[in-house]
Amino acid sequence: MPKRTDIQSILVIGSGPIVIGQAAEFDYSGTQACRVLRAEGFRVILINSNPATIMTDPEIADATYVEPITPEFVEKIIVKERPDALLATLGGQTALNTAISLHDAGTLDKYGVELIGANVEAINKGEDRERFKDVVEEVRRKIGHGESARSVICHSMDDVLAGVDTLGGYPVVVRPSFTMGGAGSGFAHTEEDLRRIAGQGLMLSPTTEVLLEESILGWKEYELELMRDRNDNVVVVCSIENFDPMGVHTGDSITVAPAMTLTDREYQVLRDVGIAVIREVGVDTGGCNIQFAVNPEDGRVIVIEMNPRVSRSSALASKATGFPIAKIAARLAVGYTLDEIPNDITEKTPASFEPTLDYVVVKVPRFAFEKFPAADSALTTTMKSVGEAMAIGRNFTEALQKAMRSLERAGSQFDLTGEPGDKALLLERAGLPTDGRINTVMRAIVAGATPQEVFDATRIDPWFVDQLFLIKELADEVAAAAELTPELLADVKRHGFSDAQIAGLRGLREDVVREVRHALGVRPVYKTVDTCAAEFAAKTPYFYSSYDEENEVAPREKPAVIILGSGPNRIGQGIEFDYSCVHASFALHDAGYETVMVNCNPETVSTDYDTSDRLYFEPLTLEDVLEIVHAETQAGPVAGVIVQLGGQTPLGLAQALKDNGVPVVGTSPEAIHLAEDRGAFGRVLEEAGLPAPKHGTATSFPGAKAIADEIGYPVLVRPSYVLGGRGMEIVYDETRLAAYIEESTEISPDRPVLVDRFLDDAIEIDVDALYDGTELYLGGVMEHIEEAGIHSGDSACALPPITLGGYDIKRLRASTEAIARGVGVRGLINIQFALAGDILYVLEANPRASRTVPFTSKATAVPLAKAAARISLGATVAQLRAEGMLPARGDGGDLPLDAPISVKEAVMPWSRFRDIQGRGVDTVLGPEMRSTGEVMGIDSVFGTAYAKSQAGAYGPLPTKGRAFISVANRDKRSMIFPARELVAHGFELLATSGTAEVLKRNGINATVVRKQSEGEGPNGERTVVQLIHDGEIDLIVNTPYGTGGRLDGYDIRTAAVARAVPCLTTVQALAAAVQGIDALNHGGVGVCSLQDHASRLTAARED
Amino acid sequence: MTPSSTRGTARRQAPPAVLVLEDGRSFRGRAYGAVGETFGEAVFSTGMSGYQETLTDPSYHRQVVVMTAPHVGNTGVNDEDRESRKIWVSGYVVRDPARTPSSWRSRRTLDDELTEQGVVGISGIDTRALTRHLRERGAMRVGIFSGDALADETTLLGRVRQAPGMTGAELSSEVTTAEPYVVPAIGEKRFTVAAIDLGIKGMTPHRMAERGIEVHVLPATATLDEVYAVDPDGVFLANGPGDPATADLTVVKGVLERSTPLFGICFGNQLLGRALGFGTYKLKYGHRGINQPVQDRTTGKVEVTAHNHGFAVDAPLDRASETPYGLAEVTHVCLNDDVVEGLRLLDRPVFSVQYHPEAAAGPHDAAYLFDRFTQLMEDQRA
Repeated sequence: MPKRTDIQSILVIGSGPIVIGQAAEFDYSGTQACRVLRAEGFRVILINSNPATIMTDPEIADATYVEPITPEFVEKIIVKERPDALLATLGGQTALNTAISLHDAGTLDKYGVELIGANVEAINKGEDRERFKDVVEEVRRKIGHGESARSVICHSMDDVLAGVDTLGGYPVVVRPSFTMGGAGSGFAHTEEDLRRIAGQGLMLSPTTEVLLEESILGWKEYELELMRDRNDNVVVVCSIENFDPMGVHTGDSITVAPAMTLTDREYQVLRDVGIAVIREVGVDTGGCNIQFAVNPEDGRVIVIEMNPRVSRSSALASKATGFPIAKIAARLAVGYTLDEIPNDITEKTPASFEPTLDYVVVKVPRFAFEKFPAADSALTTTMKSVGEAMAIGRNFTEALQKAMRSLERAGSQFDLTGEPGDKALLLERAGLPTDGRINTVMRAIVAGATPQEVFDATRIDPWFVDQLFLIKELADEVAAAAELTPELLADVKRHGFSDAQIAGLRGLREDVVREVRHALGVRPVYKTVDTCAAEFAAKTPYFYSSYDEENEVAPREKPAVIILGSGPNRIGQGIEFDYSCVHASFALHDAGYETVMVNCNPETVSTDYDTSDRLYFEPLTLEDVLEIVHAETQAGPVAGVIVQLGGQTPLGLAQALKDNGVPVVGTSPEAIHLAEDRGAFGRVLEEAGLPAPKHGTATSFPGAKAIADEIGYPVLVRPSYVLGGRGMEIVYDETRLAAYIEESTEISPDRPVLVDRFLDDAIEIDVDALYDGTELYLGGVMEHIEEAGIHSGDSACALPPITLGGYDIKRLRASTEAIARGVGVRGLINIQFALAGDILYVLEANPRASRTVPFTSKATAVPLAKAAARISLGATVAQLRAEGMLPARGDGGDLPLDAPISVKEAVMPWSRFRDIQGRGVDTVLGPEMRSTGEVMGIDSVFGTAYAKSQAGAYGPLPTKGRAFISVANRDKRSMIFPARELVAHGFELLATSGTAEVLKRNGINATVVRKQSEGEGPNGERTVVQLIHDGEIDLIVNTPYGTGGRLDGYDIRTAAVARAVPCLTTVQALAAAVQGIDALNHGGVGVCSLQDHASRLTAARED
Repeated sequence: MTPSSTRGTARRQAPPAVLVLEDGRSFRGRAYGAVGETFGEAVFSTGMSGYQETLTDPSYHRQVVVMTAPHVGNTGVNDEDRESRKIWVSGYVVRDPARTPSSWRSRRTLDDELTEQGVVGISGIDTRALTRHLRERGAMRVGIFSGDALADETTLLGRVRQAPGMTGAELSSEVTTAEPYVVPAIGEKRFTVAAIDLGIKGMTPHRMAERGIEVHVLPATATLDEVYAVDPDGVFLANGPGDPATADLTVVKGVLERSTPLFGICFGNQLLGRALGFGTYKLKYGHRGINQPVQDRTTGKVEVTAHNHGFAVDAPLDRASETPYGLAEVTHVCLNDDVVEGLRLLDRPVFSVQYHPEAAAGPHDAAYLFDRFTQLMEDQRA
């Protein structure tokens, strides 16, 4: 059946900000879908609040709405655009839930919008646990295979306690219904566990429903990715086996494709069950994912769950097989059948087949527990990882070791040297799944554990355990060998050992090993991911390295530009950098280059095989990049390597690449050093006559105290050589300074602590700019909402700046130009300034694309990353202005007065983490970045834009109700006016006694409520925390004093997270929120597409 | 030369081995399974699971099978999944053999099994390079050499070139059962089928038995009288190795004359095709895998199917053809390359497919064909 002709326009819902469990993979899938639908001739309307995505680029859809993904805003868009159909299966759980709400509210019927891709009945059958159990039972009746874990559905704590007895006791699994990424689920081993987890789960579930289930901990875990078309053709795209057995969320497990330890009989049972389930659930068209547990003792198969939509695993499966699930799902949704869709890679064969792999794919998760020291790092059925790396090899060991080094963190590779440690202790530790458990297992093996002991401790399948032993045996051989022979080197390289690992085993330097290896002619070849194990010729150059025989990289004639991506998503380095890399690839392809992308993050658009001319799915280590450069140099001319768009990862390779003779284009490694090295950068500032906050470095408390005494408290302290503000703290007094130095393990004579004057009450400003050596293009000036001291990644900001005048902009422009010139930037630079007491301080400069580039680009309708890529290869600002890539005149610093205001807001992962007692982690913002993603609100005035940003990030601001206020002493003055405004808007104020007193003196009435520490009153007066839990508070303002301690506010803020009540932790945010509430109360919040914003902006510029 | 064993030694200690193709390309690796020498037709199989079924599929007789999936032997060898009495492949080529198998059903390692059955193999070579070579140059003769069989490559190439090829090979007689045997119906018996064993796999009679069919498996040499001696409701033509052009078609034609319900698979499809007057030809590198998309032209539906064939029937796709037994049409085609994958007679209860509905290994999408066969026999009775 060909394409449907009865629909012309389709609304696509994206997934919103990056959060744990719903990350960049939906940008990848959504982008694919939008492109395909447009190519098919549909008018595509997109809503996504996340500006860092490729999908919200104006050229991806016909009308792009960067608006909050709530039923209210989607309805506004529907009213305005009147789409014929709604596609919600490519935007994760957010899109699916929004679509269901719109359906349930009758909105879709009212405006005649057809839900395509999955029907509501199927979504409910797939997602509602009780109904899904019926599905599985029906499947078992029909085909004789598959069953559900024994379970009970509970709607109250009484149900829950009774349920445990029904299941035959502890441990039990708790799973809340309709939450994303398994939020709120976990294992309960005791009643205490159960009350805590199930209590939380009942609250998190929109239907107040949790499922209790028999424990299948330690079973083998599998996933199948399936696709079905409306002709009932079903294919299994990929099988995935978890290295970590049942008990760890699949997003947090090391996973392997294809399945490694199933016979065909068992695999076909999973396939039969999977197909029967997709039919029974009634997913008419599109993709779905089904998870299974298999008892390693007897093969009993339990169907765990299904996602009736494109998922994180689908993105992984697409990258692992070369079968583009999202693209095909979009085509199926508009009427095609699988046999009518060609396989992109072979071009000759249809999509109605099952990919077969002649390689192994391993995905490893990346965590960020160091950012949340209070959080429990044990892995459970709630996903906690913030990113992942994938690697491809010709066998498991090669893929595994490549994936582990792709994580790019100290200690992620197997360390097979040194004292192993105590076997028994290591085995015990290996029994608890945590970040890096596989390294512990390896240490246990090195310490002499037997395969049986490892299996008993971890339940990791014996085949995988044997592979770890193989790695260990090879390491022993390398260590013991008289010399590194070509045979031995080739052998260990075939099992994924890096030059650095070999160097460690031989007591050599990494570059020496590399030299020896090259001298002996041991180099990798590049194989193609082709969906069919070489049965048909592949047309798509999607490569991975392997130490095998035949190289498949074809010669080329056009000059190549190699773009280094940003690796696994992590806090501080996320999708924003992928955005810039993808833009560079598009721009340079258009400029006549052959673009070569290198990245190892399966969640991204950059690792889509049709983003660049060539894709190398490889780790971003020096060794791996040098080999790719070598292979491409053999293939044809290489114009250069771009390191400044993928964040800190490629930037860190710049100097070493240059030292190895690789042409680094754009800002030179020497210039990068000038900006990154504190001393050198200080001299740049000095020469330009620009002030920086006073600072010093110390290696001990007396040293630090001397500096602090001199420059005055508060001071900003941090270890040197860290990223993303890791370990950074604002210290207000000597006592805390002493404690900080005491607690910090990272301070040593080699690693001094940096002590900076902290600019209290300063306005922080971020600038993104382009510099070509002579001309500066000021991309955009962002004014932070929160004061300096909160990491720029966690702070909300507005563009254009809302309180800076023409004089300030002039100073910013002059300073930016002086720094860009002084450093020697060729491309993008990001500078952070602080405006305090009318002095403009320079905080830091990053000679690379920043996190804010996509936001700035969208807010000003100028493609900064594209321009930066061109400048790197020699274009000038003047040339790009003439071409039309940059505006003919003016820049982001002199936006017209009626330009829209864009607000960026950070999204924090608080609700994901608990401490080991199961309590929430504190939500206070600080100098260490902890947000996982961001949203953008755009409107003609600041208040509305801010309100939209809040709605997109956390849910709508309340427009009436009760506001609770409790602020630190230093904030009491600035609280008064916003508090008065809240009252004027009809809010009832509640406050703790101290805050209430100040309000009262200023003529504002506030009801005093009890602090948590005061406990319940004699007449049962509830504390503020109880009131929050009881849902009686609509807005919380709570600013803490200092950090680190368990302050009273901790319980308030964690309760706010648990109940999803808006909680403002700075007075600046309060002031902005009041403006937002004001805007909402004056009604008429509209929606406007980026395309419309851009045409107005362009028109205004030309006036 | 007597094969010696590599049992109990890890891959890395296994003795050197070399694989030599008849066009002169060679690959060096390590011995896997038995040490010695072997010859056959080099073919690649793309299935990622089911090596035990593949090895014991008689259709692979005289073929050296290259596994494109790199890890082989992970689930060991069990007592249930073999498809016939022995391993039939003449040689086995893998990249990364398992050292320790893992499965609750595993009884021994694949390495041991290959050694015990004297199957010479090679591991540690670039199987993808070899596969691409075969794809571009077509299936060809190959030899694997290890231990005492090793010699300089010119000598080895000479030996490969002396080995017999597949075109014109009559192999049914080498794989068929010596004596007839009966696979009883599971549950109530509804039909009797005479199955001609041209290389039948164990799962095939099992799939019929599950549907109440008592299956009389007869040697390939069975005469028409012997077939009808079991009073069959239907006749089944099995899969098998070799060139269909060498087969004797007397029995097939006899069954067609009598309009007895007939179902053929794989080699059986080729025999039916030839009996109807169509030609057969050798594919460049064949279809061997468990992911092949086949469209049933009567319903438009696509099934993912298990294939193992080097030859195919040459019949027109765009129209029905006149045959001595009435009009015949192509019912199934492979969507990858438009190869004929199924035939039927419009006026007689006769059909066949080029692939493996019994699917061991492989997906079960085509199991409905056994129901179609049962239905024909049912209709014939009515």
